[in-house]
Amino acid sequence: MTAAFLYGGAGILLFALGLWSLLVHEPLLRKLIALNIMGAGVFHVFIAVAHRGDGTPPDPVPHALVLTGIVVAVSATALALALHNRLEQDASDSAQSTSTSTAGLLSGLSISPQSDIIRHE
Amino acid sequence: MTTDSLILPIALPLLGALLTTALPRIAPLLGVIAATLTALSGLWLTGQVWGGDALNIVLGGWGLPLGIGVAADGLSASLLAMSSLVGLGISVYAVGYFAGSDRGLHFWPLWLLLWTALNGVFLAADLFNLYVMLELLGLSAAALGALTGSREAVAANLRYLLVGLLGSMSYLLGVALIYTAYGTLDISLLSERIEPSALAATSVVLMTAGLALKAALFPLHFWLPPAHANAPAPVSAALSALVVKAAFYLILRLWTDLFANITTTGAAFILGALGAGAILWGSWRALRAERLKLLAAYSTVAQIGYLFLFFPLLQAMPPGPARDDLFAACVLMAVTHGFAKAGFFLAAGLVQKNAGHDRIDELGGAAQSMPATTFSIALAGSALIGLPPSGSFIAKWVMMRGAFETGQWWWLIVIVTGTLLAAAYIFRVLSRAFGQEPTPRCFVTDARAEIPALLLALSSVALLGLAAGPIWSLLGFEGVQT
Amino acid sequence: MNRDLSLLIGILVALLAVLLLGVFHSTLALDPGQRLASLALERLPESGVSNPVTAVLLNYRAYDTLLELAVLLAALLGIWSLGPARPGFQPAGPALAAMVDWVVPLAILTGGYLLWVGGHAPGGAFQAGALLGAAGVILRLAGNAGAGLPSEAWQRWLIVLGAGVFSLIGLLLALTGYGFLSYPPGQAKWLILLIETAATIAIGVTLAAAYVGGRPQMAQPPRSPLAPMADPEAKR
Repeated sequence: MTAAFLYGGAGILLFALGLWSLLVHEPLLRKLIALNIMGAGVFHVFIAVAHRGDGTPPDPVPHALVLTGIVVAVSATALALALHNRLEQDASDSAQSTSTSTAGLLSGLSISPQSDIIRHE
Repeated sequence: MTTDSLILPIALPLLGALLTTALPRIAPLLGVIAATLTALSGLWLTGQVWGGDALNIVLGGWGLPLGIGVAADGLSASLLAMSSLVGLGISVYAVGYFAGSDRGLHFWPLWLLLWTALNGVFLAADLFNLYVMLELLGLSAAALGALTGSREAVAANLRYLLVGLLGSMSYLLGVALIYTAYGTLDISLLSERIEPSALAATSVVLMTAGLALKAALFPLHFWLPPAHANAPAPVSAALSALVVKAAFYLILRLWTDLFANITTTGAAFILGALGAGAILWGSWRALRAERLKLLAAYSTVAQIGYLFLFFPLLQAMPPGPARDDLFAACVLMAVTHGFAKAGFFLAAGLVQKNAGHDRIDELGGAAQSMPATTFSIALAGSALIGLPPSGSFIAKWVMMRGAFETGQWWWLIVIVTGTLLAAAYIFRVLSRAFGQEPTPRCFVTDARAEIPALLLALSSVALLGLAAGPIWSLLGFEGVQT
Repeated sequence: MNRDLSLLIGILVALLAVLLLGVFHSTLALDPGQRLASLALERLPESGVSNPVTAVLLNYRAYDTLLELAVLLAALLGIWSLGPARPGFQPAGPALAAMVDWVVPLAILTGGYLLWVGGHAPGGAFQAGALLGAAGVILRLAGNAGAGLPSEAWQRWLIVLGAGVFSLIGLLLALTGYGFLSYPPGQAKWLILLIETAATIAIGVTLAAAYVGGRPQMAQPPRSPLAPMADPEAKR
């Protein structure tokens, strides 16, 4: 119970940390990392729930759910990075400054392309 | 065998997606075949539910709670029928729209994956399976929305993807808490076990908030207009008509099935108030929109608002025929909007293709040279306003009666204001369309593209309005109590 | 972002965290007992594998895994729709090239081992596929622009292999009366191995192709200043 709470509680803290970072930070890469940290937090909770005390085999179902969740998170991250790359490429091709509209409520969720990704050239 | 066929509306588009990926040269042909088979299997399943009872199966032969359940009741079947017909219309339209373009190559597999996920959401009976389905839906929708490759489209859909991921994370944390407390993921088993508690309340808030973000409920709608307005026309139609409905369906399912005994009047009022905000804000922005597709996207924000107005009414209404009517009206509203908005976006896409732009103020000649398309916009528009005999007229009528009967008169003001604003933004488009140009020679100018749009718009008015009864019987209710 | 606003968001998120921690703690204290664990372990002998996690992934909840392969496919198709890949990196120097020459075969071999061992110990299709994908990443980092992948036509077949074999087996089982993805008694072991092998290849190719990050090009990339390295493919 204590071990499960410490581990799962850490997961909840990671979730909250990721949520805060996602809402507050502007650059896309930070938002994406924040989302992955949120995901890791939720996976922690699942793993903690699988724990059934020392010496007892853990519940395999949450373990399998987490494996599925990881692959889904990797896929989403890959697609987001590719979209971001495309935006960057456009920006460098047209050498035009970015003016993504950030109007609307919760503008913290808008994205501003950054040029801090590894260049391939 | 009948219960095994529950998997067909999911397996067929998936197989189609795999084949169109592997054989890109004949993708449109394979895509149309897969779309036709998917639509037929969906309609066949709807017929089964209509004729008999709810269907369900547990995959893998392990039974509950170890296996994953797939189930179709009246609510699932109604939305499945919508996704089948609207999806088929979009597919036929897409053949012409993407003909000779490299983008068609990418459209088909992604669109079929999107359709797989849609049907998967409507038929799922397992909370974690729903998470995977929602992610498949979100990823394929964002990829499709960025197909035009324009900077605005890529930026809008990147934001859409991130918002969708945030929604999924919130939903998944809710699922994790539910598994912690109740030790199962199956909706039917859970609905028997869930009791009012702090944990149940927290889960319902986390899951509803995540899904409301995906359903673009005001004020979480900020991502929708740019994402829907910048996508290619068939994709806009799919996103606005179908994809947001999946998230809405799930909220309705959770509130009426899973959390039925823990939702409170106060919580339902909050959803209703947000819906009211969506109606007023979405309609106002639609009225001010300069582009036809942006107008349609803001109109979606408003229409989603109407769907959420049903929650406080359903919560306050005691079980009985009056509540059944309200529930059926809610489904009818969602389905009608699906047809109408798909028809509207497809027609708007033709206008855009013909005129080279979709600025409302300069549409005059362009729209009038395509009578069938303009007629589609008018028909779909009348369903968006809620004019008789469209399906949304009946739905709004039942909704207003429900507001009277439960003493929540304040929603009437919202409904009436929203309807007036909708009339204003639709007539603003139509008044431009009927300019002083010479009358064109023929009604239909491009059959393959115009007919699907026209049929979808027509269905929203005629099929769902004059023959709304089937929705009631599909849901297992008696006829309309007027 | 405005400092005050981010402080406000921080406070709200911290309150949410406290609430969640409280709820989580009180729920764990109730201890609802076994959840699905005892049932999953009890029926393990019938599942065809002896690793309980593999039994959940490929048998009890195989449907989730099939869709997860579809999610991976959707991501790659989305990446391909965004245009051609960027040119690769410079060819590796002799030291890196020599290391790549033995790391890549080792990764592929280890992948095969993980696939096999997944039946009775931690491992399985995803771990094996991740290693194959990593081999592709290493190849691209070492200057092979295509990450050692075959032509586009072949890649298209390989990326659908996992979900394809999975869903075809599922549908065949439904047609023969067992039910979608319900393995007949005694046949589960080799059906799972078949599905896992196809899934491993598909996952490996998909991950490597996603790292390449664009539609594969048949000919020389027009804007690339660097020629892709000639022969690491021969060494696979």
